[in-house]
Amino acid sequence: MKTCLVVDDSKVIRKVARHILETLDFSVTEACDGREALDACMAAAPDVILLDWNMPVMSGMDFLRALRDSNIPTRPKVVFCTTENGMAYIRAAIEAGADEYVMKPFDRDTLESKLQIVGMA
Amino acid sequence: MPIRPTSTSPAAATATVSQRAVNAFSALLESRTGQQISAYRSWRIDTALKPLMRARGLDTLDQLAAALLETGDRCLSDQIVDALLNGETSFFREAPVFDLIVEAVAALEARQRRVRIWCAGCSTGQEPLSLAMLFAERAEERGAPMPDIVATDVSEAALARTRAGRYTQFEIQRGLPIRRMMRWFDAVGNDWAAKHELLRAMTVRSHNLAADAPLPGMFDIVLCRNVLLYLDPQTKTEVFARFAAALRPGGLLVLGAGETVIGQTDAFAPSRDLRGLYERVDGATVAAATAAG
Ligand SMILES: C[S@@+](CC[C@H](N)C(=O)[O-])C[C@H]1O[C@@H](n2cnc3c(N)ncnc32)[C@H](O)[C@@H]1O
Repeated sequence: MKTCLVVDDSKVIRKVARHILETLDFSVTEACDGREALDACMAAAPDVILLDWNMPVMSGMDFLRALRDSNIPTRPKVVFCTTENGMAYIRAAIEAGADEYVMKPFDRDTLESKLQIVGMA
Repeated sequence: MPIRPTSTSPAAATATVSQRAVNAFSALLESRTGQQISAYRSWRIDTALKPLMRARGLDTLDQLAAALLETGDRCLSDQIVDALLNGETSFFREAPVFDLIVEAVAALEARQRRVRIWCAGCSTGQEPLSLAMLFAERAEERGAPMPDIVATDVSEAALARTRAGRYTQFEIQRGLPIRRMMRWFDAVGNDWAAKHELLRAMTVRSHNLAADAPLPGMFDIVLCRNVLLYLDPQTKTEVFARFAAALRPGGLLVLGAGETVIGQTDAFAPSRDLRGLYERVDGATVAAATAAG
């Protein structure tokens, strides 16, 4: 079973994402900011991370840079999932090393499709 | 359902007249496109026609059917047909097939001139645009020639959208890798619009598979995916014959994942080199292919 870490400060989004991911046969863990997510990755790196942009404590971008600089042996796929839908944001995320980008709001088809693209569904 | 004693009960009246309406719409759709609305899909008629009913200020399917039958309004019947056609699609649908197509095109280019591809039943354009992106990237990377891509559909509404190449946020996120979106689309309000260079790579025209002669000019590849599912067997056989006429000898036919030519035509046989695609067979080999099958 593939593992996905959902990183979002919104409980509702985490719940929706968890529900969809579980129907796609993922085992899901959650974190509500970049710091928590980094700790979770240090403990056990997931296969894929669904990552919000704006979060307290540590943003998605700061998390991504920290993940890149960390010494985690296997690098999880990172799928940004955010309301920042402008091309400039998308470009910045991809240049920082994100594998895919989901513009909120999303539905099951969107998530499944993006996970397929990164080879995870 | 409880049976009321009088035939004038509103429930009973609605039920019977609605069936008549459903029959009228089904007959219209089938006569225009060959598409059959099987019983299990008929519940969708109501959902599909709701926006049209609202736009026309009508409350029930029966009123819409009456408007159709009484006025014989061509514009209305076109709109009904467009609304009833299932246009479900996405970018790079059944993605592995696109690799096979690129492989086939490369093999053809090694032997001959410009390759021609017919995308039949292109819906709102995601399929021909996926092809256009693949080949435009190949052209950028190594100067490979662009094939001709001709996209057709029976639905004028779908064709208008294909020409516009403009997609909602939900549509753009189905099947399209983000890097390709960045490269080939611009944000326009809340939508995403294909760049002109991409739109220019395809020719869009109206074509009814169930009625029109094959497109003129010889094609190397015909894609007709998820279109023929609801055609009756006879019409399907005729459509395959027209595809055969539009293809060069050895030309390829690409169907949807759940579709096959087997048992429906002698004009095509599974390709030996490209698994899942079908090859036009020459007259001489038809008998052998059927015997072997
Ligand atoms: C389900 S979509 C498939 C779109 C695309 N080929 C794909 O696989 O994603 C089917 C399309 O076939 C078109 N279609 C149905 N009957 C047709 C006919 N008789 N001639 C041409 N197009 C037809 C519909 O309008 C619709 O756009």
